[in-house]
Amino acid sequence: MPHALLIGAVLLAAFVFVAVAAPLVAPYDPIFQDATARLAAPSAAHPFGTDNYGRDILSRVVWGTRVDLQIAVLGVIFPFLIGTAAGTLSGYFGGLTDSLFMRVVDIILAFPFLVLMLAIIAILGPGLASFYIAMALVGWVSYARLIRAQILVLRQSDFAMAARSLGFGHARIMFRHLLPNAMVGSIVFSMSDAVLVLLNGAAISYLGLGVQPPTAEWGIMVAEGQAFVTSAWWIATFPGLAIVLLAFGFSLVADGLGEKLGVRQ
Amino acid sequence: MHRYRFVLTRPLQLLPVLFGISVITFLLVRAIPGDPARILLGTRATPTALARIRAQYGLDEPLWTQYFYFLKNLAHGEMGRSILYKVDVLGLVFERLEPTVVLVLGSVVLALLIAVPLATLAATHRGGWVDHLVRVVSTGGLGLPAFWLAIMLIILFSVRLDLFPVSGYGDTWIDKLHHMVLPCLTIALSLSAVLTRSLRASLIAETQSDAATAVRARGLPESVVFRRHVLPNSLIPTLNLLAVNIGWLIGGTVVIESVFAIPGMGQLLVRAIFTRDYMVVQGVAMVFAVASVVVNFLADVLTVTLDPRVTL
Repeated sequence: MPHALLIGAVLLAAFVFVAVAAPLVAPYDPIFQDATARLAAPSAAHPFGTDNYGRDILSRVVWGTRVDLQIAVLGVIFPFLIGTAAGTLSGYFGGLTDSLFMRVVDIILAFPFLVLMLAIIAILGPGLASFYIAMALVGWVSYARLIRAQILVLRQSDFAMAARSLGFGHARIMFRHLLPNAMVGSIVFSMSDAVLVLLNGAAISYLGLGVQPPTAEWGIMVAEGQAFVTSAWWIATFPGLAIVLLAFGFSLVADGLGEKLGVRQ
Repeated sequence: MHRYRFVLTRPLQLLPVLFGISVITFLLVRAIPGDPARILLGTRATPTALARIRAQYGLDEPLWTQYFYFLKNLAHGEMGRSILYKVDVLGLVFERLEPTVVLVLGSVVLALLIAVPLATLAATHRGGWVDHLVRVVSTGGLGLPAFWLAIMLIILFSVRLDLFPVSGYGDTWIDKLHHMVLPCLTIALSLSAVLTRSLRASLIAETQSDAATAVRARGLPESVVFRRHVLPNSLIPTLNLLAVNIGWLIGGTVVIESVFAIPGMGQLLVRAIFTRDYMVVQGVAMVFAVASVVVNFLADVLTVTLDPRVTL
């Protein structure tokens, strides 16, 4: 798609702006309950309507940007770091380290992602912290695989041999020479991974196992709106649209970056 | 026939993975903070009852002995008892199997019915407005939250048009299928976004392949080239993509069963998490993991059958 990267970057920048400037952008307090305006349909005063507590949906969507953007970013960063470290060590040293890491990767990949995450959250108890821990424990495997495959090729290259013959230590060769060349693919992947992390985070909050009310978060807002599908469609609709739009931004950036850097996904 | 030798050898290679699955599910329940005996019996248990449970479940033994018991019970098809339902976990899981299997199969069929025509349209009109539209829609579809899409479909088809029930599963088969249309459609729409993107790419690659050129050179019309040669060859990677996505698909059923209150394994899992019914969490996680290993194995068999070039 033409301009995918540009449109995606503009979308993401807009969400970052809304998140940072939430107090300025939101017309109302996101948890203020206006008993006189319960279940109000979208109007000039409340463009996205209000929920059954009389809270302004637009303001809650705006404040929710902070939480959901954080879910997408932190939920990718921890697995990215762990997976990159594991994949580098595994690919560089090979042998027993490698077989051990790759067996663990195979086993974790055998589990359906969300099921293993839910099982870990079941043990840790509901909450956003549990979500990040579960994400880090499960999500690193894809990054480890990607990085390992790259390192395996790169460590045979001439520049790696040059670095070795200059007497550089393992750490320097791994992190200064091999890793920067190995990361392109996983950086592109992290953008499409952010979509999945965002959807998982919102789904876990929707199930009641992530962010807890009354915090404004898009997944919970959809759950709160489900009871009112017959009378107030706007409660569930707008927060979901926000998820779709943010995810679309990440997908476009992933596609655009992939095309630009010549990475096949 | 040697191409099928892996059907016998692969299960042996999968043993370490199955072993790992058992270790992880075993450790999941052991990692719960607190005393498992107290969790099993509740807070008002007497000390003698606690001691009896500890001895009965071998909780006073070292961890590796406990794991050995766990494996032994597993070999007898025992995965512990549900605290909430007071029945064997395995029996409970099998009771809930049908809706989940119907949901997964229905979604896959619907997703293929959506993705194949869309990808064909896009690939045959490459670069045109149809192609752009399909690409934008399928890229947007990647980010559709299933639980939200489900509610949007409920608002449209159940509340406004009154065509399908809002939730539940039904008793007769016709009734069941009627209840499953919206849940399957929800997952199928998300899944078809992934499939359309992949299928479009492989259709374009196959259209330009030497094989396609050779068939064209023999004077066959483009429609025949596409239907008989390009499409079948492109479907193989898509089938593999489906198998790889089985884990994602199962995750989708967990959420969708909760949205539509379908009494399947996913809903069982979510309820078990809320009621701290750990044996059920462990059992469902294990069954789901083994199921996805088996599906991937079957996908390999199917690939070898469909594509004579592949050897595993």
